[in-house]
Amino acid sequence: MSAIRPRQPRFVAWGWLDWVLLTALLALAALLSWRASSVFQYRWDWSTIWPFIFRLDAATGRWVPNLLVEGFLTTIRLAVWGILISGVIGTLMALARNSQRLFLRLLSVSYVMLIRNIPPVVFVFVFVFFIAGQVMPKLALADSVAKLSATGQWWVSLFFGSPKLIDNFLLGLICLSVFSGAYVTEIVRAGLESVPKSQIEAGNSLGMSHFDIARFVVLPQALRNVLPPMAGQFIQLIKDSSLVSLVSIQELTFMAQDVQVTTQRVFEVFVFVAVVYFIICFSLSQLFSALEKRYSRAFK
Amino acid sequence: MSQAIIQLSSVNKWFGDVHVLRDIDLTIQQGERMVICGPSGSGKSTLIRCINRLEQHDSGSITVDGIELDEDTAHVAAIRREVGMVFQSFNLFPHLTVLENCALPQIRVRGTPRAQAEAKAMEYLRRVQIPEQSHKFPGQLSGGQQQRVAIARSLCMEPKVMLFDEPTSALDPEMIKEVLDVIIDLAQSGMTMVCVTHEMGFAKKVADTVVFMDGGRVVEKAPPEQLFTNPQSERTKKFLSQILSH
Repeated sequence: MSAIRPRQPRFVAWGWLDWVLLTALLALAALLSWRASSVFQYRWDWSTIWPFIFRLDAATGRWVPNLLVEGFLTTIRLAVWGILISGVIGTLMALARNSQRLFLRLLSVSYVMLIRNIPPVVFVFVFVFFIAGQVMPKLALADSVAKLSATGQWWVSLFFGSPKLIDNFLLGLICLSVFSGAYVTEIVRAGLESVPKSQIEAGNSLGMSHFDIARFVVLPQALRNVLPPMAGQFIQLIKDSSLVSLVSIQELTFMAQDVQVTTQRVFEVFVFVAVVYFIICFSLSQLFSALEKRYSRAFK
Repeated sequence: MSQAIIQLSSVNKWFGDVHVLRDIDLTIQQGERMVICGPSGSGKSTLIRCINRLEQHDSGSITVDGIELDEDTAHVAAIRREVGMVFQSFNLFPHLTVLENCALPQIRVRGTPRAQAEAKAMEYLRRVQIPEQSHKFPGQLSGGQQQRVAIARSLCMEPKVMLFDEPTSALDPEMIKEVLDVIIDLAQSGMTMVCVTHEMGFAKKVADTVVFMDGGRVVEKAPPEQLFTNPQSERTKKFLSQILSH
């Protein structure tokens, strides 16, 4: 209930102990890298991996994106769709968890229990080979995409990547979203419980419907309260997207393995990939802290 | 003779084993200003929360503006549209500005176009004397200001009856007056209201009827001058002597 107060500048303290610790850390890092370089004679050669990022197309004489960029784009597509879909699944399942209908509550509880208690890799295999393997071929999505107009195909490949691989991509995407959705469910549920009952009563007393109260009163407050853990979960989702490389979804990690086999430059490839993942995840966490700042202007 | 807008007959309610409302019979006339007082735990808040179904009564009947309050959600919705409520802890929506707090329910419940809803919101914010705070968030206002916004938000729905659940109990002493002034102004405009409060001065000033409750029962119901000067029951006498002695 307090009025807005200018934020206090954080107290900056940097004493001799901090110098000692910093020196110790730097010394340790130096020692480790010296030991490592003296043990294995590895000659770094970055030049071999550049062509896998962009290559010169001999036929047209233009630079075109190669495997690693394609993998990067697939990872981005998985990340964006995955965040959207797991966000929707999580929100619906969290609402189901608070439903007055027993069936919906049971559905939500079983979903979360099932997913959370099996390792992600096992889930990916079971989902892809036993469940999706039965369903996806019957849908024959690749064929329907092939029938689309040229512009239609262009949009499809913008959003979902190469039309020929669309079955595969969707499989990986659904797998990832269903998996991450269980964790999002728990986060959103915690958020819903953080909104006081009196807010619902206020909505009721004004004659608002259940749906409107959920949509306009409870969810906005719940989601604002869970932005930090949600950011963590979405970053986890991006990193977990490397798991679907196991079932041949051609995202960044999959492509990296390909390139690594071709070039034999293990460290260069994976250092590059690590940097790319870092940049994606770091940007996302920056985005979320910006959102947090924006929403914190209204506070209790 | 004016007509009854709220009618409670033999209403009973239990919280688990606790019998919180016992055979309540109460009629509120159109335009009547009723104050309910009594010691804490006497069931007065539960009573008014039953009127708009924030609590469900277990037996007996409640009728508001001719609509029977029962399992039918359409009836509940219809009654809630006619009945406004102001809470002890304001219960404004903290993520919305003052203006949005007042406009959103109109837009969602009445289907009022946004521009019209905001115009009405400003009209009532002017009436509670805080139009200049309309762009602020509830957390930036004092308790008294928040409670006045809550009153404006309810009034925007054009209710036929206003329920006040200890509207000044969570306020600092110097803010009680500004909120009571708004409620008194509203009472003088002819609004039907039921107010749970410990402000006896306010009760004397605006109430047509004062109800004293204890142990889930209506012990005594009388016009304020009669109830305060010549209480009939021993229990009322004791309660009044306690709260009026200091």
